[in-house]
Amino acid sequence: MEKIPILRMGPFLLVTIQVDLYDRLALNLEADLIKTISDTNAKGVLIDISVVSIVDSFMGRIIGNIASMSKILDAETVVVGMQPAVAITLIELGLPLTGVHTALNVERGMELLRAKVNLDDYSSSEDEDGYEPDDQRDY
Amino acid sequence: MTIHLAKMRMGMSQMISVITKQSMLIQQDQDVVPFRNRVKECAVKLKMGLVNQTKLITAASELVRNMLKYGRGGQVVIEAVSKRNQFGVRLIFIDKGPGIPDIALAMKDGYSTGKSLGLGLPGTKRLVNEFDIESAVGVGTKVSIIKWCNG
Amino acid sequence: MGSNIIEILKNSQSTILENWSKTQASAMSFNDDLISSQEIQEQSEELITAFLRNLNEENLGNGDAPEFDEVVESLSDLSISRAKLGFSPKETSVFVNGMKNAIIDVLEAQLISQPAQLYAASKKLNYLFDSFSIVTFETFIRGREEVIIRQTDEISEISTPVIRVWEGILALPIIGTLDSARTQVVMENLLEAIVETGSSIAILDISGVPAVDSLVAQHLMKTVAATRLMGAECVISGIRPEIAQTIVHLGIDLSNIITKASLAHALRFSFQSLKLEVRKQQTPANR
Repeated sequence: MEKIPILRMGPFLLVTIQVDLYDRLALNLEADLIKTISDTNAKGVLIDISVVSIVDSFMGRIIGNIASMSKILDAETVVVGMQPAVAITLIELGLPLTGVHTALNVERGMELLRAKVNLDDYSSSEDEDGYEPDDQRDY
Repeated sequence: MTIHLAKMRMGMSQMISVITKQSMLIQQDQDVVPFRNRVKECAVKLKMGLVNQTKLITAASELVRNMLKYGRGGQVVIEAVSKRNQFGVRLIFIDKGPGIPDIALAMKDGYSTGKSLGLGLPGTKRLVNEFDIESAVGVGTKVSIIKWCNG
Repeated sequence: MGSNIIEILKNSQSTILENWSKTQASAMSFNDDLISSQEIQEQSEELITAFLRNLNEENLGNGDAPEFDEVVESLSDLSISRAKLGFSPKETSVFVNGMKNAIIDVLEAQLISQPAQLYAASKKLNYLFDSFSIVTFETFIRGREEVIIRQTDEISEISTPVIRVWEGILALPIIGTLDSARTQVVMENLLEAIVETGSSIAILDISGVPAVDSLVAQHLMKTVAATRLMGAECVISGIRPEIAQTIVHLGIDLSNIITKASLAHALRFSFQSLKLEVRKQQTPANR
């Protein structure tokens, strides 16, 4: 059975999706990832989709699910490297992925995660998230 | 309802000629990725731009999932077509599922009978240039879409 | 009888050409700046040669016959090139009809004693040239359409420049109406530029947009949403007071979009977000 590898980097998990996901693979990834978060007590998840050329509503839902589930386990999810064509298509499809943090590339994604986790740990009140694309507040 | 159908079909004018044609059967999840690749090949051959390609393949993916979920699989025809001086890809999805009792309702944003996000049909329609749906309860559903290269 | 007519026509190619050129000379005299008479002569000769070479008993009167593909093709080329040169469709049509008249003149001279045959032949020729005329009209319009499409493309490219105003900050002034085709171009250019430059803020300046209705607002919101999906923030600037009024009157909700009155304000906001500071240099005299 094919599997998407989940890499651990300190308090964060890194997933790079490099194949076209068929449904079972995507569902397995969701389950694996959530289990790993729970096992490792990870504080953040970074999903790199820079080589994914198609995100349909199914994939979008999986990404949204991962973000919501991680949040319950107290981990932030950042999706990085979305291709312009994919972004345009998702918007046209009516799937703006609200509730998912995004960043341009892995490096920026890591910065964002660190900022988020630090904010939580020290609950400092810098106006750090002035430009972060998170228009949602989880209740 | 018939009026609704007629209106939707108006988009598809008659002057469409088919350049190449292939068909494939979709029976399980694993067929989705190879199907998408075939659609992509067809679009690449016509030199469709990347954004339009992505929209087409995403629309194809949505429809093929619908077909698997509601129609227990079916057949897809992939065609390279031309109308006047433009080229495009036409996809026809035919299933022998339960059919859609109220197409107008199914085409409304936010409506879904399955547990998906409910943006299947209307979302898909926004991604393509022409969208045509026919359905008869107990007989099946036929969806046909066209994405023009410069659309 | 048919072969007789074909025979007559094939043998009188030079006469037809001569007659035709004469009528053209009078018709085209006012347009000799667009095309030289020598070119016309060459085109006429090519056309008539192709026509007579492919003409036979069966296809006389049937413009859709496959043998005429060559004729139709050269007619289309001619029509398109004339469209691009700025001819009117009437002139192109006069050109094609001139060939018909020249042919019928020749037949008339030869078949003066056989009116029935002459009538049958001219009727068929009329059918044939009617369909040729239609071809020229269709291709003429297509030629013009191509010009229009090209210009539209050029306009949309010219009018959507993406400017890198600072490291990490892009600005995109939108001028003119924002329809869905434009939005697509704007989005594509903007998102590509974001990837290329690694920018985290994009400023969409709409000072040059004449009016914002709910559709334009929707396009703007789509662009903002797509930018956010890429991991960048999008600020809309250049909102004139009357546009702010319309937006509220129309009940458009822009509350989850960052809006600034001017490009300068948007830039200041961007600097703040990137934790940059712009200060006036202290002159030594002040110390």
